[in-house]
Amino acid sequence: MQNFIDAYSWINVRFLLQGLWITIVISVASIVISFIVGTLLGIIRYAKIKYFSAIVGFIIDIIRNLPLLLIIFFTYFGLPNIGIKPEIIPAAIMAMSIFESAMVAEIVRSGINSIDKGQTEGALANGLTRWQALRIIVLPQAIKNMTPALVSQFISLVKDTSLATIIVLPELMYHAQIIYGQNTNYIIPMFVALAVLYFIVCYSLSLLADYLHRHLA
Amino acid sequence: MAHLIATQWQPLLMGLWNTILCSIIALIGSMIIGTLFALLEISQTRILRVIGKVYVEVFRNIPLLVITMAFFLIIPMYIAKINGFTAGTIGLTLYTSAFIAETVRAGINSVEGGQLEGALSNGMTYHQAMRYIILPQAFRVVIPPLGNQFINLVKNSSVLAFVAGFDLMYQGNLIANDTLQTIPTYFIVGIMYLIITLPLSYYMRHLEKKLA
Repeated sequence: MQNFIDAYSWINVRFLLQGLWITIVISVASIVISFIVGTLLGIIRYAKIKYFSAIVGFIIDIIRNLPLLLIIFFTYFGLPNIGIKPEIIPAAIMAMSIFESAMVAEIVRSGINSIDKGQTEGALANGLTRWQALRIIVLPQAIKNMTPALVSQFISLVKDTSLATIIVLPELMYHAQIIYGQNTNYIIPMFVALAVLYFIVCYSLSLLADYLHRHLA
Repeated sequence: MAHLIATQWQPLLMGLWNTILCSIIALIGSMIIGTLFALLEISQTRILRVIGKVYVEVFRNIPLLVITMAFFLIIPMYIAKINGFTAGTIGLTLYTSAFIAETVRAGINSVEGGQLEGALSNGMTYHQAMRYIILPQAFRVVIPPLGNQFINLVKNSSVLAFVAGFDLMYQGNLIANDTLQTIPTYFIVGIMYLIITLPLSYYMRHLEKKLA
């Protein structure tokens, strides 16, 4: 019990919260970037532009099927070998965005495909262009279908930021490791704190998802 | 790159083998635990439902790395010495089981209610109805999502690299540090992961289309 009281001193708690802040900043940045890029890629893949869509699709499949950890290693330890040396935080955001954009692209593609073809045909018959049909008729309906998958993807993103400890990104997991690295009595209190903090962030996201799903449907 | 493969094929293959081994153990373990908790979640007893729900939500909302590191550091302090591979596999199993529980539960819910009622009115007990009528139908529905979970599992097994689990990622990282040829090494490691995950992923997409 004493361990817990000592471990949760204000200095340690503040240090953990600083880590949590970095976790949130990295997550939000990656979510915004991967939502934009992923939607574009998903549309490109759906649009079936000759060769281009197939190539983009294949690259998406490759990235989706690699471990995120490998992509993190690649951006931080691999890229300097060809002359690009990103700082830790940009490297982390880059790695997360590359991976998550591919995941989002797949969600967007299957979301668009889930909309009945008749919707597009009807829109075209009413004189809309293909782009208008997609933007005004298909996408709004698709987004409604995609929300649950998208949010659970973003929850994984928040959890996956912990992998960036490997490139010493100063986020929550890394700060906890520093604290219990100084005193092994703090291992259990730190893991309890990690579990609670990640749970709060991720669970409130999933509650948000439920709320959105109910109110959009 | 040819030189790298020629000199390092042994640790790489060993890593690949450990990745496959860990993934298969974790898959079997998490299927069993996941199905169990899915059954708890739909059980008729309130307290069992709560237990199932709490388990699933806890393990779904905490990063795999946190779970794995906790097992790696805390079990040796109180219970027994374990190596990174074991700790990693346990963490991976529990983490994945929560996702499989959700998948299986969705599958069970997708089986029409009349099936259960029909089985019960034919004199089966609840357990018999679940075992012979509901679960076999549910499993057919959940095969594609389960396949996707397995792909995630293989990718997530790279977390063993954090706990010295000698998996593919760990070996690849060692080689990258030793030879300083980071890009070729990660390229080879990436291809080795893709050999497992890419065919599976295309097959699952094919299955999904066929079942839909």
